Amino acid sequence: MNELLGLSITQAAARLAAREISARELTLAHLDAMEAYRSLNAFITETPERALAMAEASDGRIGRGEAASLEGIPIGMKDLYCTADIPTTAGSRILAGFVPTYESTVSANLWDAGCVCLGKTNLDEFAMGSANVTSHHGHVTSPWTRAGDNAALVPGGSSGGSAAAVAARIAMAATGTDTGGSIRQPAAFTGIVGMKPTYGRCSRWGIVAFASSLDQAGPMTRTVADAALMLQAMAGFDSKDMTSADHEVPDWSGLLKADVRGLRIGIPKEYRVDAMPEEIERLWQRGAEWLRAAGAELVEVSLPHTRYALPTYYIIAPAEASSNLARYDGMRFGLREEAEDLTRTYMRSRAEGFGAEVQRRVLIGTYVLSAGYYDAYYVKAQKVRRRIAEDFSAVFERVDALLTPTAPSAPFRIGEKMDDPVAMYLNDVFTVPSSLAGLPGISVPAGLDGQGLPLGLQVLGRAWDEQTVLDVALALEEAAGFATLPYGLGEAP
Amino acid sequence: MSYRIAGGTGEWEIVVGLEVHAQVTTASKLFSGASTAFGGEPNTHVALLDAGLPGMLPVLNARAVEQAVTTGLGLDAQINLLSTFERKNYFYPDLPLGYQISQYQEPIVGRGALLLDLPDGGTKSVGITRLHLEADAGKSLHDRLADETLIDLNRCGVALMEIVSEPEIASPEEAVLYMRKLRTILRYLGTCDGDMEKGNLRCDANVSVRRVGERTLGTRCEIKNLNSMRFVARAIDHEARRQVDLIEAGGAVVQETRLFDSERGETRSMRSKEEAHDYRYFPDPDLLPVQLTQDYVDRLKASLPELPDTKRLRFMADYGLSAQDADALVAERATADYFEVTAKGRDAKLAANWVLNDLFGQLAASGRTIEQSPVAPAQLGALLDLIAEGTISGKIARDVFAAMAVDGGDPAAIVEAKGLRQVSDTSALEPIVDRLIEDNPAQVESCRKNPKAIGWFTGQVMKATGGKANPQLVGRLLAAKLPRAE
Amino acid sequence: MALDPSTVARIAELARIDVPEGERSRLALELSHILGWIEQLGEVDTDDVEPLRSVMAIERPWRPDVADDGERREDVLANAPKTHDGCFVVPRVIE
Repeated sequence: MNELLGLSITQAAARLAAREISARELTLAHLDAMEAYRSLNAFITETPERALAMAEASDGRIGRGEAASLEGIPIGMKDLYCTADIPTTAGSRILAGFVPTYESTVSANLWDAGCVCLGKTNLDEFAMGSANVTSHHGHVTSPWTRAGDNAALVPGGSSGGSAAAVAARIAMAATGTDTGGSIRQPAAFTGIVGMKPTYGRCSRWGIVAFASSLDQAGPMTRTVADAALMLQAMAGFDSKDMTSADHEVPDWSGLLKADVRGLRIGIPKEYRVDAMPEEIERLWQRGAEWLRAAGAELVEVSLPHTRYALPTYYIIAPAEASSNLARYDGMRFGLREEAEDLTRTYMRSRAEGFGAEVQRRVLIGTYVLSAGYYDAYYVKAQKVRRRIAEDFSAVFERVDALLTPTAPSAPFRIGEKMDDPVAMYLNDVFTVPSSLAGLPGISVPAGLDGQGLPLGLQVLGRAWDEQTVLDVALALEEAAGFATLPYGLGEAP
Repeated sequence: MSYRIAGGTGEWEIVVGLEVHAQVTTASKLFSGASTAFGGEPNTHVALLDAGLPGMLPVLNARAVEQAVTTGLGLDAQINLLSTFERKNYFYPDLPLGYQISQYQEPIVGRGALLLDLPDGGTKSVGITRLHLEADAGKSLHDRLADETLIDLNRCGVALMEIVSEPEIASPEEAVLYMRKLRTILRYLGTCDGDMEKGNLRCDANVSVRRVGERTLGTRCEIKNLNSMRFVARAIDHEARRQVDLIEAGGAVVQETRLFDSERGETRSMRSKEEAHDYRYFPDPDLLPVQLTQDYVDRLKASLPELPDTKRLRFMADYGLSAQDADALVAERATADYFEVTAKGRDAKLAANWVLNDLFGQLAASGRTIEQSPVAPAQLGALLDLIAEGTISGKIARDVFAAMAVDGGDPAAIVEAKGLRQVSDTSALEPIVDRLIEDNPAQVESCRKNPKAIGWFTGQVMKATGGKANPQLVGRLLAAKLPRAE
Repeated sequence: MALDPSTVARIAELARIDVPEGERSRLALELSHILGWIEQLGEVDTDDVEPLRSVMAIERPWRPDVADDGERREDVLANAPKTHDGCFVVPRVIE
């Protein structure tokens, strides 16, 4: 493997600044990797020419002493972010041929920070999925396999292409979006760091909406320090998004420290769910031990409404999605399937354009909002959502952060959990509650299971307190010393 | 004002409620920065949000909120400090998002009232149920292509206020009075220009009928999109008669949406819109609830202009005007302002007469609005001053006014230039009077019998002076020189 | 809540998704399964709980009323399946 591919952003930035390497070299190495691992199907659209042009521009700025914070860093952009003049598909057939003329705020922020665009990463269709098996552009394969077993595994979802690209060293970082765990769960499945900031931290403008009250952009990286750097570039108030918060973006990266002395860390007892593999339970305990050893105080806490988070989410998210996806009607952009009249054209276009999972969720969402069911489902879910948010508020009066597993299982095979949507939904059992409360969370790779697959631990924090989340994550990262490459990556390119 | 439909089986009355859509006066749309300017090439006043492109988000226009609250205050209505935008979900090609952003369960304005000025001088209060903000849809053009429809989104997203009345309107005439009064108030407030021709003010009428004396409401039909005062009256009248005929023939009114065909003067069912609607309203998660402070509302309240009802009473009290004149003057804020400048420090009744008769006549003849009047209110006032000073007579003043209306200008200068100054000099008039008496003994004689015969001499003096003689002075001279009636 | 195939047809019509008759029974079962799982929410006591509409504080700045967007028809129409004279062309709308 090209040694440049093993660098973290922090390391690469230092070498770029010292002119030991050029952005062009760095980008070329990653473009080679992109080609070598094309079978992972991590990208829907590759943009090598743009990448080289951007890298050369970065070299120019570095030469003139005008380097920005992420100058020359090659990244993958989840194909849910609208990118000017680059096809944007949301993993859906309904956006076939769609090329935005506009750039999402967060992607624009990253280009302004000097990032180099390698391409658009694959994802579950409209970010609906936990295994990246619902994309119209094919499923993504994890770079990980079980020891002694070559069966293809899922990278998690919905930001599965981003996760696979970062884990496979195709990209130094990638963007994700997290609605109910779509950054954290694939990060855990692929042994990388994935962070969802506080709702409102990153602008949603220009990101294809799934569930507006939940969607948040966030970074996927290989180290906690890189996550802080990326998030810092992505975040910030945007007057084009009324749900973007006018909060100052702290210098997370500069303030980052592995010091957890005196912090109170909560262990929510409701996160010990049935049928969770013992290895995950053990890893969780080990994580707690690491933090205790580093000087934190561990406290068992209760989030009593945890078990209701998933059903709540599966009312609110599909309801919002059913409305958000109404604009994909074949009239002004995207796929149009002409039929005998207007209504049939709508129905055919949307039947042909949306895959099975999206259709399922749009139908559920339509149903729970329909006359006679609105109060029983939607309003009820909003009430339970408040209960869930109140659980967190109460707990965060006593503790500074929470430690939980990121996912209740190790990565599974492609094709598994496909017959039962509910079984698939359960993947997000630990990530969804904090999403409903709008809280920041991060997944840190913390160890391997008995089959050699990565497992992640999740740190959750108070709203707007990304710093504590990052600090605790850094402490875990240092203690875990997770440095394993996905099986098989050593040989190429 | 009692409106009755005489049916074959007895008398019927009607119950009408109006839902008015008023375009809010703003520079940009409710949720985007695209212009609200009328017309324009298709799809030029369109932001990416208005076209429903992926990832686009709405951002609320502060001015639209202000205008809605101001309107609510002008309708003496309750302002809701917390209101919510919801999505009304349905598919239609002129609705790019697949939902209309509107207010449903929590509108920004609650109950209020509108006072109708009835022709008999009385008033009637009609309840306002609510006022809410919503985004307009785009326009479908059906007749440009044979088999397809064109969509122009220039209007899409323009802020509308939907103002809903209680079902308390009892005749087509009251409906028109309601619309007129609402239009007047909106124009006073500057929150809607009330231009029905451009579609900036239009209404849906909910009409039902019941037998006189009946208390319960009949089944109603909604007549959509009435865009002139005349159509409002005709559509309601036709619809009410249709319902009476239907019921009397043994049928039943079906609750439905109907369209007024202005060419045929009748309403017809819009069956294509009759599919069971299920709009699946829910709070728009892209927009947070609208939270107002009482302080914000109070500030807007303090800056409200004087409204027509108050102004009307003040005109009657302060200027001694009749109710009729006051009504006519306050109908437009510009007219009322014009009148007040003209009347200031002068004979207000005279000023009112001049504004309502001479000025209005002149404007109507030249097709101008009062804002475009060639005669400024100060100039009209100066003209009235010339009358008051005796420089010209009221009759001459009309000629001067006519000249002012053509070329503009200062009335005193016109009087001088045209030599229209009134003759108030006894030494100039006396010889004329003397010669008339000398030359017309028979007319003098008739004055002895008929006191009104003196009028003949007045006319002759005016004729001889080209109308410039001071009528009071002529009167005095004639009275002194002619014999009195016995 | 068990959904029947006719309800599936109704919501599919509302959602403008063509669900062929042959698939409605399968979908009805699938959706019923999901809804059945969701219904455990009924166990939560939510009396006197206000629905949570947003996790955000409400004090957001509104937009000043400035017409600073639009006049970008090329962008608006850039991805349209069909246009004519600067308009989107859609299947005939019957009034």
